[in-house]
Amino acid sequence: MTEIVNYIIGFFLLAGGFLSLVASFGVLRLPDVYTRNHAASKSATLGIMCILLGTFLYFYIVHGIFNSKVLLAIVFIFVTAPVGGHLIARAAYHSGAKLWDKSVRDDLKDKEKYDRQHS
Amino acid sequence: MAFQILLNFILAFVWMFLSVSFTAPSFIVGYLLGLLIILAMRRFFPDRFYLWRVFAAISLLLLFLKELIKANIDVLKTILKPKLDFQPGIFAYETKLKKDWEVTLLANLITLTPGTLVMDVSMDKKILYVHAIDLPDKDAVIDDIRNSFEKAIMEVSR
Repeated sequence: MTEIVNYIIGFFLLAGGFLSLVASFGVLRLPDVYTRNHAASKSATLGIMCILLGTFLYFYIVHGIFNSKVLLAIVFIFVTAPVGGHLIARAAYHSGAKLWDKSVRDDLKDKEKYDRQHS
Repeated sequence: MAFQILLNFILAFVWMFLSVSFTAPSFIVGYLLGLLIILAMRRFFPDRFYLWRVFAAISLLLLFLKELIKANIDVLKTILKPKLDFQPGIFAYETKLKKDWEVTLLANLITLTPGTLVMDVSMDKKILYVHAIDLPDKDAVIDDIRNSFEKAIMEVSR
């Protein structure tokens, strides 16, 4: 029983570390703000959630401490990370950061026209 | 919905007062009995029996987690591919959702789905501007996923 639990905890910690590593690779490697934002806001979210879940399971099963703060932290990260990604992308666009050359479409430049027509 | 939950709590308290035992088990028994009473009286309420909505919310949460894991596998593939051969782009997505919290929830869901990120919302809250990491081969698929999300959210708010 404890053996299986140890493997599950190890899996969560390793998966979280791996995802965080890949997220930082993505930030280095991808070409523009928006695609980097994809890597940072998705992989980092799940990576940190996995690490926190592993920590929670370790303290609960091995030491018998039920730490509800860690669970709250998982919920808070789950709720706030996409909002953070959205706000960074929006601020970048409105301050004029350029899309990558190979981008095929940009509907957002029509937003002001659309707003004027429908307000 | 909130009214039905409040009524259920009040019925549970009435049960505790009737049986003169103020413990958690008697509260739970009273809550379950009140649930049965509300289920029997559901035709007098203007909206649906609230338990179905709770189930819809739980299934939405499970959908959320599934999409988060799928999104990560997708991003992993994109990053670790030796050649950067994807074609990003921003497309406009028209939503049928009306209330503010529904649009917020949809935007969060889209941000955590494979390869999409919400950039901006138009002033009248009808159009979401979504940045997709690989646009050409995904447009139809993304729309499909989106419709399933919108349906799930409507299922909760209906």
